[in-house]
Amino acid sequence: MSRLLNVSSSPHVRDTVTTNSIMYDVLIAMLPAAAFGVFQFGLHALLVILITMAACALSEYIYEYAMKKPITIADGSALVTGMILALNMPADIPLWIPVLGGVFAIIVVKQLYGGLGQNFMNPALAGRCFLLISFAGKMSSFTLDGWSGATPLAQLKSGQAVDVAAMFVGRIPGTIGEVSVIALLVGAAYMVAKKVISLRIPVTYILTTAIFVFIFGQQDLSFVMAHICGGGLIFGAFFMATDYVTSPITPNGQIVFGVLLGILTGLFRLFGGSAEGVSYAIIISNMLVPLIEKFTLPTAFGKEGKKS
Amino acid sequence: MNKCAERLYNGIIKENPTFVLMLGMCPTLAVTTTAINGVGMGLSTTAVLVFSNLIISALRKIIPDRVRIPAYIVIVASLVTIVQLLLQAYIPSLYESLGIYIPLIVVNCIILGRAEAYAAKNGVVESAFDGIGMGLGFTVGLTCIAIFREILGGGAVFGMEFIPEDFRITIFGLAPGAFFVLAGLTALQNKFKAPSATNGSAPKSSLACGGNCASCNGLACASNHSTLEEIRRKEEEKAAQAKKEAALKAAAAKKEAEAKKAAQAAAAADAAGTEKAGE
Repeated sequence: MSRLLNVSSSPHVRDTVTTNSIMYDVLIAMLPAAAFGVFQFGLHALLVILITMAACALSEYIYEYAMKKPITIADGSALVTGMILALNMPADIPLWIPVLGGVFAIIVVKQLYGGLGQNFMNPALAGRCFLLISFAGKMSSFTLDGWSGATPLAQLKSGQAVDVAAMFVGRIPGTIGEVSVIALLVGAAYMVAKKVISLRIPVTYILTTAIFVFIFGQQDLSFVMAHICGGGLIFGAFFMATDYVTSPITPNGQIVFGVLLGILTGLFRLFGGSAEGVSYAIIISNMLVPLIEKFTLPTAFGKEGKKS
Repeated sequence: MNKCAERLYNGIIKENPTFVLMLGMCPTLAVTTTAINGVGMGLSTTAVLVFSNLIISALRKIIPDRVRIPAYIVIVASLVTIVQLLLQAYIPSLYESLGIYIPLIVVNCIILGRAEAYAAKNGVVESAFDGIGMGLGFTVGLTCIAIFREILGGGAVFGMEFIPEDFRITIFGLAPGAFFVLAGLTALQNKFKAPSATNGSAPKSSLACGGNCASCNGLACASNHSTLEEIRRKEEEKAAQAKKEAALKAAAAKKEAEAKKAAQAAAAADAAGTEKAGE
């Protein structure tokens, strides 16, 4: 019985890429940003990251064990969710809050819809928005070197000048993972080099945001650069919007998705109540993905010129 | 009198408007932020429901069929106005916190639904008890949801706070929380096979996974195979038995038919013989 013949439907693709390898590549790509966060915000940030990842993996295990499903924590997707969620937290958050977010992300958003591949929105971001609505105060109080201050985006919103160079390096208050653009770009370059992600979504997303901010905000290069480097835009564009499950699979759809994300982010940032809008933009666009895919489906071979 | 008790049971458990019929979802999701609100909304609706059922049932032979809906609405709206004014006069705090949802009781689907489905076809006493049952069922449903939301989102039960402010999950007091709690309670209800919209009289499967293909996986597969094999064997046996019986029956029928034929032939011969004799 050990050599069962496996009969499966097409496509019969043979490749060394597995879910595991992709997930661990994403984890490796997030390491520079995480390391910078720990370096800047101290060991509590490391604790937040480890505990969130553990909470996600554990809640996946417990749910699957209780529901008598195959245990899938080894594929690393829960760890990626935990990592993304942790990097979206302020460094000095009480530890039980990210744990609660991780449980919500894995059980409610991912497992109740059927596990990996079935969730209709990015679990980590849904968990973050759950926490952001529930604990607005704690989730948006950022400190840097013991000094509590507004994020550059909040400063921009209230009309103050910001230091774009510091934002590029990451010496700014913010969540653990989003602060350092340079560390994020190193990770993104790794993912692109390993062909884990394509550049279609991130580039259209960032470009659209830049154009939107340029047209409707200030016609000023440093203002636009501050919007690109500030907040979670780079992190969101490369690590969260490119999630395979919740982004379109058609090339044209990915471009539409990126443009939609950019417009929503710009709208939320310039005209919304809060300074940041990447999470909500990605979540809302996630829900439009089935529609985008329906309208950008390429014509099947042999169906050219025919209406289906 | 038994019928009245049956109506109460039907309204509170068997056809609970919130958890089984899934009616009146708008107030269910909107006002259940605190347990007091849930109870208040439920009891206001109960009051309206009892009297609307009573009046509609009493007038059911007078109201022409074509204009029955406007007639019902007029009755319900008058009652809701009375309830609204009474609440405003005697419980102003509840009136404040329920807000627009009191006038909206007029278009609550439970009230019109019961008028259409029950009060318009049944006697006055039964209809009134149907209203009490449905209203209490609605109150129980709202209070259940509201208690969970108040504990998780507000850290309190009926206004008595016991969870410090830092540990309250505010989202449960907002709109998404209402959906989470309703979905969670409905899932529990399905799990424990309580009466619900989805697990009414579905036949139980003898498969290991309960016939639920969504939860099917490799572990259940083997035992499913043996169960299926057993079912197949039983069916085969049955078929064989049926075949045997059919064959027996057919043989018996054949015999009978032959006997009949012979008898007929004999009779015909007889008749012919007598005819001949008669000639």
